[in-house]
Amino acid sequence: MKFGVVVFPGSNCDLDAYHAIRDVLRHPVEYIWHQEESVAGFDCIVLPGGFSYGDYLRSGAIARFSPVMKSVVEFAASGGLVFGICNGFQVLVEVGLLPGALYRNTGLQFRCQFTNLVVENRNTPFTIAVEPGRVLKIPIAHGEGNYYADAQTLRAMEQNGQIVFRYATAGGEVTKDANPNGSLYNIAGVCNENKNVLGMMPHPERSVERILGSQDGLVIFESLVRYREGLR
Amino acid sequence: MWKARIEIMLKKSVLDPQGQAVEGALHSLGYDNVRSVRVGKYLEVDIDGGDKEAAGAQVREMCERLLANTVIEDYTFTVTEVQR
Amino acid sequence: MKPEVWRGMGLKDEEYNMIVAILGRDPNYVELGMYSVMWSEHCSYKNSKEVLRLFPTKGENVLQGPGENAGIVDIGDGLAVCFKIESHNHPSAIEPYQGAATGVGGIIRDIFTMGARPVALLNSLRFGTLNERKVRYLFGGVVAGIAGYGNCIGIPTVAGEVYFDPCYQGNPLVNAMCVGIIEADKIRRGRATGVGNPVILAGARTGRDGMHGVTFASEELSDASEEKRPAVQVGDPFMEKLLMEACLELIENGDIVGIQDLGGAGLTCATSEMASRGGTGLEIELDRVPCREEGMTAYEIMISESQERMLMVVTPDKEEKVHAVFRRWGVPSTTIGKVTGDGMLRVRKAGEVAAEVPARSLAEDAPVYCPAFKEPEYIKQTSELDLSRLPDVTDAAGALLALLGSPNIASKEWVYHQYDHMVRTCTVVLPGSDAAVIRIRGTAKGLAMTTDCNARYTYLDPYIGGMIAVAEAARNITCSGAEPLAVTDNLNFGNPEKPEIFWQFRRAVEGMSEACRYFGTPVIGGNVSFYNETNGEAIFPTPTVGMVGLLSDVTRHCTQDFRQEGDRIILLGDTFDELGGSEYLYVLYGETRGKPPALDLAREKALQQAVLAAIREGLAVSAHDLSEGGLAVALSECCIGQEVGASVNLSTGGLRTDSLLFGESQGRVIISTRPENTEKLLALAGEYGVPSRAIGTTGGTELIISVDGNEKVRLPVPELAKKWRGAIPCLMA
Repeated sequence: MKFGVVVFPGSNCDLDAYHAIRDVLRHPVEYIWHQEESVAGFDCIVLPGGFSYGDYLRSGAIARFSPVMKSVVEFAASGGLVFGICNGFQVLVEVGLLPGALYRNTGLQFRCQFTNLVVENRNTPFTIAVEPGRVLKIPIAHGEGNYYADAQTLRAMEQNGQIVFRYATAGGEVTKDANPNGSLYNIAGVCNENKNVLGMMPHPERSVERILGSQDGLVIFESLVRYREGLR
Repeated sequence: MWKARIEIMLKKSVLDPQGQAVEGALHSLGYDNVRSVRVGKYLEVDIDGGDKEAAGAQVREMCERLLANTVIEDYTFTVTEVQR
Repeated sequence: MKPEVWRGMGLKDEEYNMIVAILGRDPNYVELGMYSVMWSEHCSYKNSKEVLRLFPTKGENVLQGPGENAGIVDIGDGLAVCFKIESHNHPSAIEPYQGAATGVGGIIRDIFTMGARPVALLNSLRFGTLNERKVRYLFGGVVAGIAGYGNCIGIPTVAGEVYFDPCYQGNPLVNAMCVGIIEADKIRRGRATGVGNPVILAGARTGRDGMHGVTFASEELSDASEEKRPAVQVGDPFMEKLLMEACLELIENGDIVGIQDLGGAGLTCATSEMASRGGTGLEIELDRVPCREEGMTAYEIMISESQERMLMVVTPDKEEKVHAVFRRWGVPSTTIGKVTGDGMLRVRKAGEVAAEVPARSLAEDAPVYCPAFKEPEYIKQTSELDLSRLPDVTDAAGALLALLGSPNIASKEWVYHQYDHMVRTCTVVLPGSDAAVIRIRGTAKGLAMTTDCNARYTYLDPYIGGMIAVAEAARNITCSGAEPLAVTDNLNFGNPEKPEIFWQFRRAVEGMSEACRYFGTPVIGGNVSFYNETNGEAIFPTPTVGMVGLLSDVTRHCTQDFRQEGDRIILLGDTFDELGGSEYLYVLYGETRGKPPALDLAREKALQQAVLAAIREGLAVSAHDLSEGGLAVALSECCIGQEVGASVNLSTGGLRTDSLLFGESQGRVIISTRPENTEKLLALAGEYGVPSRAIGTTGGTELIISVDGNEKVRLPVPELAKKWRGAIPCLMA
């Protein structure tokens, strides 16, 4: 399974995603420069974290107009796997591949810390390898991860199983205290109706090795591989 | 030349944490009569050529496509003629 | 030219006369401005140069010592570590967010200028007390500024320190350190060589921001300084990220002859230093410099401190390729001149020569002063501390909680949760332990790093305080399992023209030098920040030590947290009746007095070697150095991390209880070890001649401390944690 990691000007977790896929997951991976006009030949496109275009105007607002995004949108429409992490999630909502919006954390501060995630839908390409009831310890690092969607959109998302991750306690309880950024209903990650596009604020690529304090992010990458192999 | 002055505000239905923080700060400075504060963005865009209507239509399009995120933000703008 | 003109630029009359002698004529206004910024203390070190020679700067692994943009130390496998610390105190006092942000931006440029990939940031901060609204504003702004810049550019901020004392009320300290990794054969230096080679300016456009920032840094702050706001630059971390990637790509490909960043004194500093180091001259054309505003004068362009700019010299055949790389990264670049052989820095604008001076005279020929020095009066008063008049502690638990709630000791999570400390996925020991540890990708190695300075000690005795700053840094590095490599220092002092201040400076540097020599950690670069005074009142002398250490096997690192039930707690080192300059004395009695704890360099070194051996041999489950708040605070910190309690039995052995629990005697470390390793650990300590004793056991949910069989402290770990974690958020809410 071949991954492509998009590099926007200002991406800075591109290296981390690349390393997690190549050295830990041990699958082929290549960088894709933002000016590329094609994403042909890849099985999964990763939009990494960082500050594309300095996060100026709004996070992700300028990157969505990069030449590469046109082909990413087409790739997604044809069922291709698209995975947005942190700033990548912000790009995905800006470009309209995912519903809702991400804005300033209610605490107004950038937050970098471990969070615990419950997996609300284990039936997506990104979560099929997650054991039932498992709580994932994965860090966040963002200033604008406060998820918002209007009530009607949220209802539809609930019904379609599009809310994939929520912030929780280590025991898996979704509480107000466990919410690091004020996201509606503790939402940490969502997918599109077809489940082939997922965005999440936490950084699974930062928790793939024991020496980094957690390996819980690896299961998300493993899910993608398992899903892809299942299709063959 | 046309100068568009654009204000972008979070929609009323969206929590404005910055506005709340500023409101709290004003209260602690003794401005007890401050009822509410909302924080937004202000942009100035200078546009060459065309008439006022065309400039306005262009600014609207810019707001819809890039300058505002209409999922959470509203925008208003004015267009006035200015000397280069 | 009227004396008011050069005096207004901060030049002394005799300095003006020197300039006339060098040029053989009166300087014009542009030239005068160039000399004034280059001959400021910030750029020339004219007051500190002589004293700085005391530092040991050489070592078999030192590839680059002081004098370049940053120092470099060999770490084997063809790799080297490049690091430096620098202050941005005055800009941060005026505009905390941008002041701190551009401080971070500047130190990052110093590292990638050498060709190194920046991999970690640290910062050492000092503020007044948090009950003042203005201080909370400064503290919040500085932290947000560091976060804003470091997070955006994608370099983790992994360690640092924050202290609060009224002496910093009007003059906070913001010292930023950056660590980079470089292939030893790819080091680039700021040298303009090769007559005829083009000179390229890349990065942000030049604007009127930061005019005379360096002379500003070389003046005392007064209430009127607030009006100097325009002197503060605005940072653009996005531009710097692109500039960094483009420069590293060019350096990696060997496309650059010499490179230097534009920081203090802007284009004047970069051009004159590069020419001076290369033994050449430079000719530049200011009409080619992209400017942000129209109508900028030669004077303004030459001394502007606009951020995110780099100057480089390339060979003519590479010129187009270099511009193409910058274009691909979206970074503006322009050829603005060429290298000449006549040693002159010649600046043209609108077809005329706007300035023409010997490059070397700007960079090297500033006057060197040996300011007078005299022991300050206060030392005699503060050194008196009669412990017999101080009642021994009765409520030890209450005192412990008060100390844990003191912002100087309390958790700094409020700060480092705002910093991305994990990006690059190499941070192995996160902020909050004695030193941060990062792994070096592609090798088994790791780097430990820390910044340290107890300014209270330095105030009470600059010599001992200077030694302790180095010793504590080395102890923190050692406790993480690393061998100390080298030091970068940030010497923050008051006005050196006052003999008392210069005495503090000399004594501190003497103490640091002796300790650096003893620990074999040369000083490979640093920064001097004088004039840290507000309305005539100087800060405590604050010589911050930034230290980096090497772990040959990064998996063998150690943290301060107790890990599991049933481990034995071993205290290494001796405790004395030493409460002088302690946090205990400050928190409970509001006093900064006495003599700082003594430091025996031989015992300290033996202790550190023993700790390192214990960690390497796998005998240490955790290791934590004892510093502010002494043994009781250190034990609390060991318990809080993983919420593991401890039961400890101590004997006074003739000491006061408060000295035993809260005294800050140097050369002490707590190690926890599996019970079966206890004897081995005690024996190992013995081999190094380090006093050691088993003082308790980990486990339970409480920290219990008994002294001579009497229970003095029994507190649930969550209560300790709540006090320790809650203190700063509570003050900042």
